[in-house]
Amino acid sequence: MLDKMIIGRYVPANSLMHKMDPRAKLLLVFLFVCVVFLANNVVSYGLLAVFTILLISLSKIPLRYLYNGLKPIFFLIVFTFLLHILFTKEGELLFEYGWFEIYEGGLIQGFFISIRFTLLILVTSLLTLTTSPISITDGMEELLGPLKKWKMPVHELALMMSIALRFIPTLMEETEKIMKAQTARGVDFSSGPIKDRVKSIVPLLVPLFVSSFKRAEELATAMESRGYRGGEGRTKYRQLNWKTSDSLLMVSIGVLTVMLFLLRS
Amino acid sequence: MRITLDDVEYRYQVNTPFEHLALHDVNISMEPGTYTAIIGHTGSGKSTLLQHLNALLKPTKGRVFIGDRTIEAGRKEKALRPIRQKVGIVFQFPEHQLFDETVEKDICFGPMNFGVSEIDAKKMARKAIAQVGLNEEVLEKSPFDLSGGQMRRVAIAGVLAMEPEVLVLDEPTAGLDPRGRKEIMDMFYDLHKARGISTILVTHSMEDAAKYADDIIIMHKGTVFKKGTPQEIFSEPEQLMELGLDVPDTVRFQLKLQKELGVRFDHPCLNIGDLAIEIDKAMKRGNR
Amino acid sequence: MVKKLVSLNNIVFKYEGQSRNALDDVSFDIHQGEWLAIVGHNGSGKSTLAKLLNGLQFANSGTITINDQLLTEESVWDVRQKIGMVFQNPDNQFVGTTVQDDVAFGLENAGVSQQVMVERVHGALNKVKMNAFLNQEPHHLSGGQKQRVAIAGVIALQPDIIILDEATSMLDPRGREEVLETVRELKQENEITVISITHDLEEAAKADRMIVMNQGRLYREGSPQDIFELEEELIALGLDIPFSVKLTKELQKNGVRVVDGHLTEEELVKDLCELHSMM
Repeated sequence: MLDKMIIGRYVPANSLMHKMDPRAKLLLVFLFVCVVFLANNVVSYGLLAVFTILLISLSKIPLRYLYNGLKPIFFLIVFTFLLHILFTKEGELLFEYGWFEIYEGGLIQGFFISIRFTLLILVTSLLTLTTSPISITDGMEELLGPLKKWKMPVHELALMMSIALRFIPTLMEETEKIMKAQTARGVDFSSGPIKDRVKSIVPLLVPLFVSSFKRAEELATAMESRGYRGGEGRTKYRQLNWKTSDSLLMVSIGVLTVMLFLLRS
Repeated sequence: MRITLDDVEYRYQVNTPFEHLALHDVNISMEPGTYTAIIGHTGSGKSTLLQHLNALLKPTKGRVFIGDRTIEAGRKEKALRPIRQKVGIVFQFPEHQLFDETVEKDICFGPMNFGVSEIDAKKMARKAIAQVGLNEEVLEKSPFDLSGGQMRRVAIAGVLAMEPEVLVLDEPTAGLDPRGRKEIMDMFYDLHKARGISTILVTHSMEDAAKYADDIIIMHKGTVFKKGTPQEIFSEPEQLMELGLDVPDTVRFQLKLQKELGVRFDHPCLNIGDLAIEIDKAMKRGNR
Repeated sequence: MVKKLVSLNNIVFKYEGQSRNALDDVSFDIHQGEWLAIVGHNGSGKSTLAKLLNGLQFANSGTITINDQLLTEESVWDVRQKIGMVFQNPDNQFVGTTVQDDVAFGLENAGVSQQVMVERVHGALNKVKMNAFLNQEPHHLSGGQKQRVAIAGVIALQPDIIILDEATSMLDPRGREEVLETVRELKQENEITVISITHDLEEAAKADRMIVMNQGRLYREGSPQDIFELEEELIALGLDIPFSVKLTKELQKNGVRVVDGHLTEEELVKDLCELHSMM
């Protein structure tokens, strides 16, 4: 199930969406999340859907991939849909069976909310699918830059994120190694009563913590010896590059906002 | 206990785009009471091979016989614990697996997983800590307060306390200084001799392989390149060097002398004493 | 006369909460352009020395001068630009998410402009022959490759001195050779001073000079020839002696009259050749 989740996964490719400035994509997602709530009728939802489909087609991400990725969250969507059918009691009564009633308003609401939910997930996953985690970090650092004035540790947060990203595969490997070593000492991680399985986590977690702390300490030493002394006076190797296409993307979301305002009832 | 691999193949992540053939056509047998060295480059398949020795990995094709058990490709295996008890593995940097409050508890962990009572496990811990050359006082300490070398020994004691019939060692001396290396290797050799434990050493060190092993298996590109006694293996050193593998210092030196001096040696020398005698003989022969 | 690049004077250092001094009255000089091997058993104080040289720890007493500059808490950042360090664990010093990001890390810290950075990153990676791996992530690299990237990160800053703190001890023989070969080439091309902290005696035998540490004290200082004449003494210190020295001794025992002091096999072979032709 985990390898089917698409949220947070990067699929390298050479599409227009991939080449966009991460700042543009982050802003796009942020604005999209806001304007989604403007839609309140079929036409405005239709417009949002068309916009999303356009973005997807620009990303060259295979549709089947997106569909497979959405599958694990389907039940959430269905669940929200059902909730609305059950609890929204507006408009015409369409169906009744004992205490169970379906109103037109509930049906429409449920339908809209599900669409909204799907669109939100599609657009956010599009961001992570087309942008490497490190680019997202760079984009965030730049966008949040102005907050430094109010003593927000923007640089530190970004560095933390990039180091975390760098060490995820290392720690996964380490986890596997320790699991194997403990399995060889008779631990059974995959079967047995729940109580035993919970207990078997200790011999895994403790070594993992110990080694992570050791790594952290050594990494800090290495960083210091390479002259790291905070964000002050630091230059950046990775340069973000705002292109016309990025501005166009911003314009398009602006146009979308205006149209939504006009189309909503 | 005999371990035999029969036509073993192993693929990682079958049916994904990342599928990768790590082992193929491996046919080897490790006889009870012998000392076997497995040698090869990083990526030659030797660590994958190692994990088949106690069923941490199951072959994707072929069979592995571990004592009276058979691990077969495509069959669900249950009750693997007895195998794990009989085949102890000391992984690379074993000190990374230490976790318990005291050294004693950590060493008892293995035996108690295999159903040994606490009292008996403690006895085993006492014995094991002596075997690795540490003082009993260490038992009360936290493993994390020990020096790197001591931690390594404690972790090894944790495997020895399981009283395995076969001991698999994966680069057990990596990162140690020369004295530490020699002490640990000698300790394993003494155990092998005194208690008849079958020992399988996975290593990069040709010196150790030549010095301790009865049999050597050379792994290359996922399969067995050559197997035999050290004498057999090192009688054709050029073959190994072509693979980019080292040969023992003594053998390499013999080769150089043969080239420069044109003298002949009738067998590969595996220790310095033997080499000195043979050089002496060869030089005198040359005189005649 | 060769220039003194670094000098340590009566250094004493103790880790907090430990009774014994990790370094006890240690003094020596490092000359410009030399390859200095510092050997000793684990816990002999050799790694502590490296940390002091880079200002990662400060001595309780005694002074360190680097290029006529006294190492203090104020001058430490200047000193770190002159001394690059490569540590033992290849994974725990790789900061960047990709090879080129990692090499750039030190340059970013030094505030080098982006254009210069790109040039230096590519140049440094060329020198360690890792230019084909620009965008590779660390977990796809071998240990030896990671260490070469670490070396690139160091030389991108154009330091005077490079310290290898057991940089090859976690590598397989191939990785070890890769790394040492890289450093040897760099030293020849750029006249870098190399301080190698190691317990690989074969490597130390190829150094210009050696220092033997024992229990926090400087035990002996000299050329590899001088040091390896200590033989039994070295073994008692938990160290080893190179193969050719051992073999020379063994040959002498058997009555083959080779001379002492062969640090490489080639020298010994040559000596044997001469003996052979005289017979």
